[in-house]
Amino acid sequence: MNTPNPSHYLLLFRHPQNAPEPTPAEMERIFGQWMNWMKSMKARGQFVDANRLDDAGAVLRPLPGATVSDGPFVEAKEVVGGYVIVTAGSLAEAIEIGRGCPGIALGSTIVEVRPVEPLPSL
Amino acid sequence: MVRRTLAPGRFSAQVSLVNAGPPDAPAAAPASTGVANVVDHLFRRESGRLVAILAARLGAANLQLAEDVVQDALLRAMQVWPFTGVPDNPSAWLLQTARNRAFDVLRRHRTLTEKIPAVAPLIEETARDAFAAPAPQFEDEIADSQLRMMFACCHPRLAPEAQVALILKTLCGFGEREIAAAFLATEAAIVKRLVRARKQLRDARIAVDLPPAAELAPRVEAVLTALYLLFNEGYKASHGDSLLRADLCAEAIRLANLLAAHLVGNRPETHALLALLHFHASRLPARTADDGSLLVLAAQDRLRWDRRQIACGIAHLDQSAAGVRVTRWHLEAGIAACHALAPDFAHTDWPHILELYDELLTIDPSPVVALNRAITLARVRGAEAGLRALAGLPQRPLGRYHLFHATSAQLLLDAGRPAEAAAALRRALALVVLPAERQLLEARLAALTEPPGAR
Repeated sequence: MNTPNPSHYLLLFRHPQNAPEPTPAEMERIFGQWMNWMKSMKARGQFVDANRLDDAGAVLRPLPGATVSDGPFVEAKEVVGGYVIVTAGSLAEAIEIGRGCPGIALGSTIVEVRPVEPLPSL
Repeated sequence: MVRRTLAPGRFSAQVSLVNAGPPDAPAAAPASTGVANVVDHLFRRESGRLVAILAARLGAANLQLAEDVVQDALLRAMQVWPFTGVPDNPSAWLLQTARNRAFDVLRRHRTLTEKIPAVAPLIEETARDAFAAPAPQFEDEIADSQLRMMFACCHPRLAPEAQVALILKTLCGFGEREIAAAFLATEAAIVKRLVRARKQLRDARIAVDLPPAAELAPRVEAVLTALYLLFNEGYKASHGDSLLRADLCAEAIRLANLLAAHLVGNRPETHALLALLHFHASRLPARTADDGSLLVLAAQDRLRWDRRQIACGIAHLDQSAAGVRVTRWHLEAGIAACHALAPDFAHTDWPHILELYDELLTIDPSPVVALNRAITLARVRGAEAGLRALAGLPQRPLGRYHLFHATSAQLLLDAGRPAEAAAALRRALALVVLPAERQLLEARLAALTEPPGAR
């Protein structure tokens, strides 16, 4: 991943846990829309990095007694499925990129857009 | 984490449906919005191939397990590939993923497997062998598994409607929602039908295998019949999504080709069925007018018939002539060929079609064949002859069939008896189900009952 700079924004994808299971034809359509979105970000030079986050994981809580739950999302009712880092001229522009996420139109994804704070220069 | 529970007595995939990547709610998914499919039908096609290969390896008793782990692998692909890109060999990736899931299920439920010691090691062993298949055989094995699965799905112990639903689910990768839409049934009814079919497969110990030589002819016949039904579900006058219906027709032809390409299925009657399906498919683009209304054969623009389909039909008709036995598929393909090759409706070789119907009636003395024969007879010997033939048919099942009354109406009109024709049309309208057919009948009735000069 590139060094964070003022123009980098994180798009974090949250998915609800109770979505009905898509059929293969539906998966194909959804998958195609995500691929097209990723491609379009790359074509416009906005794409910096992306990763999917695995289902496995744990949540450590400070109180009481450092609770460990078997998944990061047990109480959250939604799952962080992955992230994309984009480069954009402003937060507004990054939000506009995030709006292109097909999961928003499909009503199944919450996209959190956060500016990556640059390291203080020495 | 959402997981399918493990029902006692059967293996079920451990499914974590929603906790990664982009698992978008299909309910909210709009119809295709013109976004190009990245890989055309990859998911659906792979679903059918992988379920077949896993079921062939794990046995029909584990069909549910095979379906679950394949669904799981596809979900993973949908979630991961947008981030990682499509792997070089998506099929191998999916098989590997499905295989790992199957192992997980077996491992995690060791306590359960220990309770049925006779079965558990066998399954685990089969599962291990299953994926040791060397790569060069992969494509052959897939084709072979699909064929074996086809014979299992079309086993005579299963009801015909269960057979077609099972084919769509396991070999074509259709979801319950899509099968329900194709059959005009509820999703719950289809789920139930599939559960029953899987149970019958298990209880009757039906092997996912090619039939023994002695049973081959009737078992191939069962497959042909099921594929014909599958095609008809798609070909039926328009209900629901036209893309979905075209898919059903295409799947029936794909599976029939798969059968014809294999030693056990490469028989004259298979080619006869293929010829029939191709001839029918050639008319698909011409069957509806621009406004979506149905067009009968006489009204179709023959320039819109698909010439490539007709050419395929002719090629298979040639190959079907190799045997000595004339089957119903041969005769129906022959009739379809007469229509496909006629320059226009008026110049159709009706006397030849009548001969073929006469012969078909001796093999399949069904009321529907008799009805079609009467229509042809009217073309050859006049409307009154057709009406006499209709009058001679058993009223019992045919009286409840809208096409019987619609046919009567047409012949009565041709015979110059419009009042009786209108009455017959009203009887047809009381029975018709499909909206497009209703529209057609209503238009005819309106034309009959409007005062002259109104149109």
